Amino acid sequence: MINYELKLNPTEAEKEYKIDINKRRIDRRILLNNILKKVFFLSMVFALAVLGLLLYRIGIQSIGWLDVQFLTGKLSIFPEKAGIWGAIIGSIGLICVVIPVTLVIGVSTAIYLEEYATQGKIASFIKVNLSNLASVPSVIFGLLGLSLFGRLFHLGSSILAGGLTLSLLVLPIVVVSSQEAIKSVPNFLREASYGMGADKWTTIRKVVLPVALPGILTGAILSISRAIGETAPLVVLGIPTLIMKIPKSFMDDFTALPIQIYYWTLDTVLTPEYANLAAATIIVLLVTLFLMNSVAIFIRNKYQRGF
Amino acid sequence: MEQRMNVRATIKDNFAKKKQTTDKAMPIFFFVCASVSVITTIGIVLTLITDAYKFFQKVALSDFFSTNLAPLSTEPHFGILPLINGTILTSLIAMAVAVPLGLTAAMYLSEFASDRVRRLLKPMMELLAGVPTIVYGFFAYSFVTPLLMKIIPTLEAKNALSPGIVMGIMILPLVTSLSEDAMRSVPAAMREGAYGLGSTKLEVTVKVVIPAAISGIMASFVLAISRAIGETMIVTIASGSSKNFTFDITQSMQTMTAYIVEFTSGDAGSGTTGYYSLYAVGLMLFLFTLVLNLAAQYISKKFREEY
Repeated sequence: MINYELKLNPTEAEKEYKIDINKRRIDRRILLNNILKKVFFLSMVFALAVLGLLLYRIGIQSIGWLDVQFLTGKLSIFPEKAGIWGAIIGSIGLICVVIPVTLVIGVSTAIYLEEYATQGKIASFIKVNLSNLASVPSVIFGLLGLSLFGRLFHLGSSILAGGLTLSLLVLPIVVVSSQEAIKSVPNFLREASYGMGADKWTTIRKVVLPVALPGILTGAILSISRAIGETAPLVVLGIPTLIMKIPKSFMDDFTALPIQIYYWTLDTVLTPEYANLAAATIIVLLVTLFLMNSVAIFIRNKYQRGF
Repeated sequence: MEQRMNVRATIKDNFAKKKQTTDKAMPIFFFVCASVSVITTIGIVLTLITDAYKFFQKVALSDFFSTNLAPLSTEPHFGILPLINGTILTSLIAMAVAVPLGLTAAMYLSEFASDRVRRLLKPMMELLAGVPTIVYGFFAYSFVTPLLMKIIPTLEAKNALSPGIVMGIMILPLVTSLSEDAMRSVPAAMREGAYGLGSTKLEVTVKVVIPAAISGIMASFVLAISRAIGETMIVTIASGSSKNFTFDITQSMQTMTAYIVEFTSGDAGSGTTGYYSLYAVGLMLFLFTLVLNLAAQYISKKFREEY
């Protein structure tokens, strides 16, 4: 094609031919670059368009169904009368179990890994274990909850059993984010504290934890938003299909927002209006998640200190 | 100001010398909390193995690895192959969606997008990752399936295709963000070298950045498959519970996760073979995801290019 052989005296025609053919090659490469850049952008847009379509469709389906009666009413087999108050209370109950359990265990694990056992075989074993635990499918956690909390501890399908199962599920998230938060506390703060004669626990309690708190809270909120959207472990625990009662204690059977969505979706074959109920519940769930994530981002931006 | 108060309080505490015992006791408490995650893993493995063992006492291995799955018939059969087949097929469809879209989106975000565009698009991608899977399940069943029915008239109301596609959308943010991280960690000097030789952005991306980041990209694919295999609600809702062994993706087929959900929400009494079959299927699922996760870790370690 192109003759790169050097000629001592190329003719004008030969020079022009070479320049021309090189220019065409470069034009083609640039053209390909520009076309594929747009294609790549489109695949990005496609993903976001699906998200938009999902929100739009579900929003449309929930119109007319999402009202005060729906939010505060009890569950009913008649679509017009059905409400999700019981599911809201159930989800709140789950959060009330998940928050203290994961915060205490998760933050303690992070403190142990970052402050006490930074190196060594035990610490690295716990770290490997955590990363593997994080990728265990949630339905397996449901099986664990079913045998351990449900049958061995006789908690059945109560809020406590569900909350403990979800706590184990989100534990790795809380640990990792707390670890990051504790890691980002600069060492000179600790050294200053030791220099004043403080012991290790006092330093952790009064210096490290207050500085790491925004990061820990952000991780905790993100883990809770994972927990309240989680369905499979709760279904495996054996939550009954139709619960009319509003749970009064942590030992009561319950239903939660995602479970309600699941059962209503399954029953759309029999009663098409259930699809609208499911859509309205999804909107409630998504708005809750969105608010929680906004709070997390707000905390992260507002209280993030630079050192 | 707050910091100084803390230090003062620290000194005071130390003078009181009350914290000596707590300082010694706290590491033990933290260690106990840290061991919860290890105990959880052990608990998962133990429950799966003990109950799966009871299952294999009643059902021969040759029956387990057969294509005949009829757990509720009078002469029950527990062949897992239809479930494995359903799991792999739906996951493959998901990967067929997520790999091209995710990789190109990652290429766009990492190499082509300006900082401003990236800052706008990345949080939206994270939003996609935060949608609970039950919502995707509802979307697959009530929107994607009817839409696909217009294109493929023979499509059943429950099929493998629609949840596969939606699952692809679900794992897309995972592929995108992990691949993008891998590509962005390629040193700028390598890109500049290629630019200096007159390459276009596309050529730099395809011939320099992707080969350099291939370990991270492959690891993201493997993690995505693992996530797809463990995904439960989308396939439970939209893929149905047909126990036929078929490769026809327009038909209903059951995955391992969906089998677990179907059986626990049914009336599988404790102690029946059907109840123990849950744990045998759970054990297979656990092994599948464990192997894939270990593979991802191996790939990202073994093939990492150090710069």
